[in-house]
Amino acid sequence: MIKPLILCKKEVKDFFFSPIAYIIISIFLLITGWFFFSTFFVIDQANLRDFFSLLPIIFSFIIPAITMKSFSEEFNMGSYELLITFPVKTRDVLLGKFLSTILFIIIMLVPTLSYPICVSLVGNLDLGPVFGGYLGSLFLGAGFSSIGIFASSLTKNQINSFIIATTICLTLSLIDKMLFFLPDSIINIANYFSATYHFQNFSKGIIDSRDIIYFLSITFIFLYATNMVLYSKR
Amino acid sequence: MIEVSKLTKYYNSFLALDKISFSVPKGQILGLLGPNGAGKTTTLRLLTGYLRPSYGEITVDKYRLPGDDIKIKSIIGYLPESVPIYKNMIVYEYLFYVGEIRGISKEKIPERIMDIAKKCKIREIMHKNINELSKGLLQRVGIASVLLHDPEILILDEPTTGLDPNQILEIRDLIKEIGKYKTVILSSHILSEVEATCDRVIIINKGKIVADDSPSQLKNMYMGKTVVNICLHGASTEEIKNIFKDIKEIEQVRFLNQDDLNISLEITLSRDVREKVYKAIKNTPWILMEFYKNKMSLENIFKQITTEN
Repeated sequence: MIKPLILCKKEVKDFFFSPIAYIIISIFLLITGWFFFSTFFVIDQANLRDFFSLLPIIFSFIIPAITMKSFSEEFNMGSYELLITFPVKTRDVLLGKFLSTILFIIIMLVPTLSYPICVSLVGNLDLGPVFGGYLGSLFLGAGFSSIGIFASSLTKNQINSFIIATTICLTLSLIDKMLFFLPDSIINIANYFSATYHFQNFSKGIIDSRDIIYFLSITFIFLYATNMVLYSKR
Repeated sequence: MIEVSKLTKYYNSFLALDKISFSVPKGQILGLLGPNGAGKTTTLRLLTGYLRPSYGEITVDKYRLPGDDIKIKSIIGYLPESVPIYKNMIVYEYLFYVGEIRGISKEKIPERIMDIAKKCKIREIMHKNINELSKGLLQRVGIASVLLHDPEILILDEPTTGLDPNQILEIRDLIKEIGKYKTVILSSHILSEVEATCDRVIIINKGKIVADDSPSQLKNMYMGKTVVNICLHGASTEEIKNIFKDIKEIEQVRFLNQDDLNISLEITLSRDVREKVYKAIKNTPWILMEFYKNKMSLENIFKQITTEN
């Protein structure tokens, strides 16, 4: 098996052998479930718009909670020293941690498939936006994961790592809601930086290369920055 | 086997290692000795590729650091001081993980683990949680995990700190056993440790090599003097000073402890003339309670070496 996959397997095992994974998943399902079903019967429409519209903000808290331990804990316990003296490249370690987070997000999202199933039982559900929404969730998750991993590479302290990551993720999620006081010429540029703006295109069922490129760039930039941080630590 | 030349490491502007050079032939057990903050751990971290040198180069066989990091890492087994192995895993699971990451084929790992477990005497604890292990067992598991891929070079940072005396002996024996067919580099701040296990000692102080020799040579060089501790019953300090006057090898008499009956003292001799001291005491009516040659401590040697520099 190749190195990143071995590391990924170990990370996923770590997640699910500790109670944190189940706590995070429960909180995620509780929040999304409550927000979704509390308005679902009031609005009386067969769609998942409410679920997806809140996802960037919920992810801004949930994903940093998943990633906060990824490097911080290794630094804190000193196991990073062992890890780096194994014959692995820093980028293999990074990739392993990133893949494991993505896998965790997928596992976390699987139970939410019950929402579209429920909705399709009571109404006529348009599958396009649902499919787009879930695809977008993965891209959004990938972007935020790389931000979280970057934050955890900066510090030994998991709380600090969580706060740094949440701040960056929330900024990207809320930037489009703070644009009203800006001149029109800047709004478009600022809007491009908004994760919510790009994610909403997905959840409308529009799969546009610009949105894909946006999330892939964020993922790449922050993973690259993490690699630089790890390199500078040596 | 290992060639280190002009290795220098700065942490920001702090000079941790200053142009140190040494070479280690195959099959040698080398001890790095030094006080805390001398640069022992930094040296080991540079050798294992965890840190990058500011200047200088390390050659292991035909590979170089920095450059052939992965090649060198695959022939080295390194255990840091705090044994930072994953506490949430089970011993067997951890060893299996290390085997996988070290690139041992999956079919061979169980056999390899059993082999090493026998050597490190950890067969009975394979199914235990790592966080339940005692410090000694943890150290054994740590050593087992770095031996798993059969490295040619084993690097151990303070392998016996925090262990009880029995465990220290066990780990020493294990290291000696391993040293029969592998190159071992270990660091320590305890002289007796290095004396008991190593073929050669390098003393580092303030980032520089201040001595490089075999333990016995070093001892001779820096510990030519003999210190004898004596406890006498029924003597007085004046009388004691009097009877030792004639022994010209006595450099210093220091009274340590004194109660109504017993007097403890420490005598520094320029060479080992314990029989003269004994004979002098024998002619008196005092009772000899204690008489032993004191081992010179590392602190003393260090004081000597660092003042010489």
